[in-house]
Amino acid sequence: MLLGVLALLLASSIAAAVICWRRVGDDEFRRNLVLRIASWWVLALIFSAAASLGMAGLSILFAFASFLAFREFVSLIATRRADHRALFWAFFFVIPLQYYLVYLQWYGLFAVFIPVYVAAILPIRIVVAGDTQNFLERTAKIQWGLVSCVYFVSHVPALLMVPLRGGDGSAANLKLVLFLLIVVQLSDVFQYVWGKMIGRTPVAPSISPKKTVEGLIGGIATAAAIGTLLHRVTPFTMIEAAQYSLLIAVAGFGGGLVMSAVKRDRGVKDFGELIPGHGGILDRFDSICFAAPLLFHVVRFFHAADG
Amino acid sequence: MSRDLLAWLVRFVTGCRGKGAALPSGPVVYYGNHSSHLDAVVIWASIPRPMRARTRPVAARDYWAATALRRYWATQLLNAMLIERREVTRASNPLGPMLAALEAGDSLILFPEGTRSLEGEVGEFQGGLFHIARQRPHTPMVPVYLENLNRILPKGDLLPLPLIGSALFGPAIFWAEGEPKPTFLERARAALLELQQTS
Repeated sequence: MLLGVLALLLASSIAAAVICWRRVGDDEFRRNLVLRIASWWVLALIFSAAASLGMAGLSILFAFASFLAFREFVSLIATRRADHRALFWAFFFVIPLQYYLVYLQWYGLFAVFIPVYVAAILPIRIVVAGDTQNFLERTAKIQWGLVSCVYFVSHVPALLMVPLRGGDGSAANLKLVLFLLIVVQLSDVFQYVWGKMIGRTPVAPSISPKKTVEGLIGGIATAAAIGTLLHRVTPFTMIEAAQYSLLIAVAGFGGGLVMSAVKRDRGVKDFGELIPGHGGILDRFDSICFAAPLLFHVVRFFHAADG
Repeated sequence: MSRDLLAWLVRFVTGCRGKGAALPSGPVVYYGNHSSHLDAVVIWASIPRPMRARTRPVAARDYWAATALRRYWATQLLNAMLIERREVTRASNPLGPMLAALEAGDSLILFPEGTRSLEGEVGEFQGGLFHIARQRPHTPMVPVYLENLNRILPKGDLLPLPLIGSALFGPAIFWAEGEPKPTFLERARAALLELQQTS
């Protein structure tokens, strides 16, 4: 499966080389393409290195991803002096603990820590600081950020904690993580590619003028087709693999749209400049955020070994 | 060497990159909005390296000379110029040393509000900037709008948040012959706030 990713990266690099050689499109487009693919190589290498360390590696990797995503998110929203300490604890206590729970494979606490305990304690910590101006708005935004950037994203390494029915141990779980990342990211990539090639009708002009119906359908269909072909490496039947890839590609699209709306609301184009060609880490993780918990619970509900 | 490392570290932690108008060469007065202890060091770290070596933050002596650590940080690491902000006498008038530093070819970093604000609002300017501008009408006064630094390290807190800040450099302004003090200060403040809207 990793070999497949390698082949895909090689193919896209060759395609990019051809595009640059034939001078397709304008300079800006080619520069961005080369940067994007270079970043994909780096991301794939970092992921492989972490995955080779198993649960510890993936927990740490996604903890960092959450940290950087939450950093980009909080940098964009309006918080006040009174939120400072609460945010400090969110960064340096909530994020590490959530991923430590993933590492411990403590499902019960992992599932409720942020939605119950943090959701209750965080506003209490903020109210103690005594500033009521925009209080509801501030706490709601911070909680929303924690849920999207931390809670949702932590479901990616959490896929390793579900004991699979008929699986061959942790290797099967790791393939599940790859299945998710490949389908979601390919859906993004092919939405972009189809959109560039035949995109004409904007799907949500008020949110993201570049997303088109043609790109959306082409991207999701292509990603779902590849996800279906991948069913042999997953615990799913072909039909299930098709359904789940469709589900996570659609959820990924929804996540991208939601994060675009956040960016538009705050008047920025990208969340950051961390990943050359892509923008910030949230620009890359927007689709994973929303797809990961869905796949996690589908797998836990339908494919977990009993007891 | 340690100063280069410090500059890199500051940019890494605060995510700040200098952005905006090209910086004029020669002695410059950078003036910024003030909401955090990081402000001076962020402006300093955002300036290109050759100019950084000759740029000195101007800081209040009553605060920055109060403990050995603060004094080391201000005078040894940042080469800051410590000035009197309370009980200014003819002998301790900070204008003289500042003008002398500019004359010698150094640039200065000033915070004309005179103190840090709590929620990042930009207060009224004190008169010092005007006196320098009038004495040196050909020295560029460069506004630097600092964003998010009050949230990274606010006044009265020692725990920094890992947020992304920025330092936006605007086009230089100069004192116009005969321009009265309030007009100039209001114009300088407006030039700074202008950057806030484009950020």
